[in-house]
Amino acid sequence: MRAFDYARAESPAAAIAAHGSDGQAAFLAGGTTLLDLVKLDVMQPRKLVDINGVALDRIERLDDGRLRIGAMVTNTALARDQRVVADYAVLSQALLAGASTQLRNKATTGGNLMQRVRCPYFRDGVSACNKREPGSGCAAIGGVNRSVHAVLGTSDSCIAAHPSDMCVAMAAIGAKVQVEGPEGRREIDFADFHLLPGDTPQREHALAPGELITHVVLDAPLAGSRSAYLKLRDRQSYQFALASSAVIVTLDGDTIREARVALGGVGTKPWRAPEVEAALVGQPVSEQRFADAAKRAFAHATAYAHNAYKIPLGQQAIVRNLTDLTTA
Amino acid sequence: MSDDKPSDPHFSKIIGAGVPRIDGPDKLSGRAHYAADQLPAGLTYGYGVFSTIASGKVTQLSVERARRMPGVIEIFHHGHFPKLYRSPSSFAQGNKVEETRLPFEDERIYYAGQFVALVVADTFENARAAAREVEVSYAEDAALANLEQGVAAHGTQSGSGNHSRGDAAAAFDSAARHIDVTYRTPVETHNPMEMHASTAWWERDHLTIFDASQGVVMARNALSKIFAIPPERVTVHAPYIGSGFGSKLWTWPHAVAAAAAARELGRPVQLMVPRAQMFTTTGHRPETRQRLRLATDGSGKLVSLRHESINTTSFTDQYVETCGSVTKSLYSCPNLMVSHATTQVNRGTPTSMRAPGAAPGLFALESAVDEMAAAAGVDPLDFRLDNYAERDESKDLDFSSNHIVEATQRAAERFGWAARNPDIGSMRQGREIVGYGMAACNWEALKRPCDARVSLRADGTAFASCATQDIGTGTYTIVAQAVSDLTGLPLERITVELGDSSYPDGPVSGGSWATATTLPAIAKATRVALDEMKRYATGANGAFAGVASDELEVAEGGLRNAAGKQVSFADILGAARYGSADGEAHTEGADAQYSYRSFGAHFVEVRWDPGISHLRVARVVSAIDVGRVINETTARNQVEGAIVMGIGMGLFEATEYDARNGRPVNNDYAEYVVPVHADQPEVDVILLDYPDTRFNEYGARGIGEIGITGLAAAVANAVHHATGKRIRELPITLDKLMDDVPEARTA
Ligand SMILES: Cc1cc2nc3c(=O)[nH]c(=O)nc-3n(C[C@H](O)[C@H](O)[C@H](O)COP(=O)(O)OP(=O)(O)OC[C@H]3O[C@@H](n4cnc5c(N)ncnc54)[C@H](O)[C@@H]3O)c2cc1C
Ligand code: SF4
Repeated sequence: MRAFDYARAESPAAAIAAHGSDGQAAFLAGGTTLLDLVKLDVMQPRKLVDINGVALDRIERLDDGRLRIGAMVTNTALARDQRVVADYAVLSQALLAGASTQLRNKATTGGNLMQRVRCPYFRDGVSACNKREPGSGCAAIGGVNRSVHAVLGTSDSCIAAHPSDMCVAMAAIGAKVQVEGPEGRREIDFADFHLLPGDTPQREHALAPGELITHVVLDAPLAGSRSAYLKLRDRQSYQFALASSAVIVTLDGDTIREARVALGGVGTKPWRAPEVEAALVGQPVSEQRFADAAKRAFAHATAYAHNAYKIPLGQQAIVRNLTDLTTA
Repeated sequence: MSDDKPSDPHFSKIIGAGVPRIDGPDKLSGRAHYAADQLPAGLTYGYGVFSTIASGKVTQLSVERARRMPGVIEIFHHGHFPKLYRSPSSFAQGNKVEETRLPFEDERIYYAGQFVALVVADTFENARAAAREVEVSYAEDAALANLEQGVAAHGTQSGSGNHSRGDAAAAFDSAARHIDVTYRTPVETHNPMEMHASTAWWERDHLTIFDASQGVVMARNALSKIFAIPPERVTVHAPYIGSGFGSKLWTWPHAVAAAAAARELGRPVQLMVPRAQMFTTTGHRPETRQRLRLATDGSGKLVSLRHESINTTSFTDQYVETCGSVTKSLYSCPNLMVSHATTQVNRGTPTSMRAPGAAPGLFALESAVDEMAAAAGVDPLDFRLDNYAERDESKDLDFSSNHIVEATQRAAERFGWAARNPDIGSMRQGREIVGYGMAACNWEALKRPCDARVSLRADGTAFASCATQDIGTGTYTIVAQAVSDLTGLPLERITVELGDSSYPDGPVSGGSWATATTLPAIAKATRVALDEMKRYATGANGAFAGVASDELEVAEGGLRNAAGKQVSFADILGAARYGSADGEAHTEGADAQYSYRSFGAHFVEVRWDPGISHLRVARVVSAIDVGRVINETTARNQVEGAIVMGIGMGLFEATEYDARNGRPVNNDYAEYVVPVHADQPEVDVILLDYPDTRFNEYGARGIGEIGITGLAAAVANAVHHATGKRIRELPITLDKLMDDVPEARTA
C-alpha cells in the first residue's frame, strides 16, 4: 500500500470533480475489491474519492416498468428488495450466491460491476500479466488455470474469467448502465459495458476516464417469466463460480416461448448466450433439447490446460437450471 | 459418550464432564491477547521482503529508495544482519527447528517466499510501504517445482522410519491376488486463522518474545542456541494461539529475524507473516507419492504389504513424511515393508501438519485396502475385521488397549453399513447417486516427560502452571479439571497459566500428547501440594494439630478428619500464616512395555449428482477409541474438527505451484479452498471411552489428530462406490469425476 489522498464526496457532481480524469484517482464504494488490491499493491491510486455519501442508494420503479438501482445500493439490500425478489429472482439469487454476508453488506452495485478479475497472476504483483502490466505477457496461459480462468472470450493476451455473479443475472435480464462524467451523462447498454480482453486486457469496461456509474436500470421483467441462478463450484459457499447460469424463461404450455441465458465463471465477461436462447425458443420442454441448445454456447470455446472441464460444466449449469425452471 | 461408559470411582464427575472452556470468555471478549496483540512501549514494526524466485541468488539489493520512505528505521538483509548461530535442531535436546538455515545467512535462494530483507519502521503500514521499495535483483536458476521434477532431476534420499519383516517381495509374487497402485497427495498448507507473529524485545541481555508458538520451551532453547545465550536469558510467551495444526511447533525464520532486529535496534519489534507467506516460510505438509503393493491368499488374508513413499523436502533440510508409520502395525501381515524417501525441491521446509505421516499415509493405505478387498472379492468392512492386527507386529508388543473391532462394528451399525448395495452406482436418491465408504483411523499414543507446579493459595484459590500451551484445544480447561478433581475446588477458583517458558518445562503441543503428558504431572504436583497442606494442618497450631496426616482426607477445597471436622485450605494456610502450599513434580514419558495406539473407524456417505458434477459428503459416523475422555465437549470438538479438515483434504485442499518457476499460486484464503459451513455433513462421533490405565493414571490417550487419519480414504472409497472412479490423487475435485472433459487445445 502506498500513501494516497482521500476525499469524501457528497454528490455525484462533487465526486466527479474531485476524481478528475487523469487516471490517478479511484472511487471508493464498498472497498471490497479496491482496498484489497491497494493493500496488495496491484492498484496504486494516488487519490481515493469516497462515494459513500453521494446518495445513490435508492431502488425505484420507473413508469415504464423498469427498475432503477442506485450505484451505492449494497448487494445485500438489492438481493433482499421485495421488487427484486418478486420480479428478478435470478438477480436476487445471483447476489446471494456471491461472496459472504459480510462482503455483500459492504459491496455495492457499481462496485460489483467494476470488480477486478481473481486471476492469481494478476494479484501476485510479479508474474507476467498483460492486465496489470500491458505487454508483459500472460502467466495464466501455461500456468495454473483451473478455477478462475475462462473458456469463452479469451485471447492470447488474457484468459481471466469475469468473476461477478450479479452481472451474469443482469446480462440475462438486460439493463442500461447510467453514468455521469466530466462530459455529462450517458447510458451504456449492459452488453457493451464489459469489454473482451482482445489485445488490450487492461481495458475492462466502457467508462471514459473520470466517469461515475450512477445507476443500473433493469429492463422490465418478462411477463409471466420464471428465472433462477445456478452456481457450480468446489465448495458450497464463498467461492467464485467455476460455472454458473442465469436463466429466464416464459412458457406456452410445454413449449418455450422466450428464453434468456447468461453464463458466469466461463467467460471473460458476463456471458450472454443468444445462440442458446435461439435454439430454445419454440422447443418443447425436454432435457435433451436443453442439452443440444447448451452445447451451442461452447461451440467456440477454448480449453486451457486445467479448465477444459468448464466446457461440459457450463452446459450442465444451463441444462439443470432450465430443467428445474420448466418442470417445477 | 458411550452408554456403557465404564464407571470409575477413582475420579469425581468432573473428569469426563463436558465443561466449557475456561478461557472461552477471554477469547470472546478480546481479553485474550495473542502474539501480535502485544504492544510494548516503543514498539516498531517489521515487514518482510520475500523472494519472488524459487531458486538462485540475490545479485543486488538496493535499499536507497526504501530508506527514504516515511518512518523507516532500519533495513536488514544478507549484507547487513548480525552474526547468529544455527540451532543443532535436536528434539532430544529440546532445540529442534524445522528450517535450520537462518534468515539472511547468505545470498542463496532456496524457495519462493524466502526472506530476503526486513524493513523496520514506526508503523506497520510504513514498514509495508517501504518493503515494496526495496529493489532486489536475482540470478534465477531453473527451479524444481514439484515432486516429479525433483525425482527426475536428482532422484531421492532415503528417509527414516523404515521397517521390514518377512519377505514381502516373495510373498507378493506367490500370492493368490495382488494389487500394485500408486497414490499422490499434494502440498497442503496449515492455514491457521492467526498468522504467525512475533513481538520481541531485549532488556539488558534478556530476550522476551511473544510468539505464536506451539512449543515455548522448544522455542526458548532454540533461540538460546541461535543467539548463543543461556536459556535462562530467553522467555517465550504464547498464552494464546489462534491454532497451528503443527505449523507453529518450531521456530521459523521470522521469529529469529524479529528477535535479532530488536536486539540491533534496542527496541521492541513486531513481525507478522503475511497470509501469502504462510504458504512459504512457515512449513507445509509435503507432496507425496506412495506406491502400495498388497497381496492376499485365496481367503482374503493379507500375506504381503509394501508401502513405499516419497515426499518432497527443501534444499536446506530433510523432512520425512512417515506415510508408512501406521502401515507397520494396523493390519496383521507377516511380510511387510515400509520405506520413506525424500526428494529436494525448491520449496520451504515442510513440517508436521495434523497427523503427519498418517494423514496422507492412511489415504493411500486405506484406499488400497479397499482396492485389495475388491480384488479379493470381500466386503471392505469384513476385509478389515479379518485383517486387523491383534498385537503390534512391528514392535512385537501387545497393544496397551485396542478396541478397533468394537469401534468399527459400532460405527458400522450406527451408519447402516448393512444396507449398502455393493454394486457401483446402485444406490440412488433423486438425482443423486449415494456412495458408502469406510476406512480405519489410527494414531500413536505418545507421552513426553513433563514438569508442573500447583499452588493451593491462602485466598482459597489454586494456581497451576506448566510451560506447555493451549493451542485452542482445551488444555487450560482439562488442567483445571484435574486440579479440581483432586482438590475439590470449583473450576472458578482455579487459575491455570500455560504458554510461558519460565514455568516448569512442559511439552510441545503436538503429537496429540498434551493431555497424556500434562495431566499426570499436574496430578502429581497437586498431590505434593496436598501433602504439604496436610503437614501445615497437622503441625503445631495447625487446624488439625496432633492428627496424623493420613487420617485426613481432601474434601471440597479443604481437609476433613474422620470425625467430620472440615477446614478449608484458606483457613489452614491462614492459621499457619503461609501464602500457599506448593507442589512441583516431574513425570516421565511413555515406557516401552506396550505398543500404545489409538484406534477408530470412519464411515462416510457421499452424494454425487452427475447432472451438475456435484460431489458432497452427506454424512460421517466415526467411532474413536482414545482411552478415557477427559472433557466430553473439547474431545468431541477435536474429532469433529478433524473430520472437517479430513473433508477438506479429501475434496478441496491443495497448494498449487507454477510448474515453470515454483511459485505458489493459490496462496490466499479465497483460492486455497477449505470447507465452509455449507459443506458440513451430519457428523456423528462415538467416543468409546475405555480408559487405558497402562498408559497413564487417567487412562487418556490423545485425540487431536486421529480424527483426520483415514477420513480422505473413506471419502475416496465412497466416491468409488458411487461413481466407479478410483481417484488416487487428492483432492477429489469434480473435474476428476466428470466423464466428458474435452482435450485442452492449448496450455
Ligand atoms: C473474498 C471475496 C470473495 C468474493 N466472492 C464473490 C463471489 O462469489 N461472487 C461475486 O460476484 N463477487 C465476489 N466478490 C467480489 C465482490 O462482489 C466485489 O468485491 C464487490 O462487489 C465490489 O464492490 P465494492 O462496492 O466493494 O467496490 P469497491 O471495491 O469500492 O470498488 C471496486 C472498483 O469499482 C470502482 N467503483 C466503485 N463504485 C463505482 C462507481 N459508482 N462508478 C465507477 N466506479 C466505481 C472502484 O473505483 C474500484 O475500482 C468477492 C470478494 C472477495 C473479497
Ligand atoms: S489471465 Fe489476464 S489477468 Fe491473468 S495473468 Fe493473464 S493477462 Fe493477467
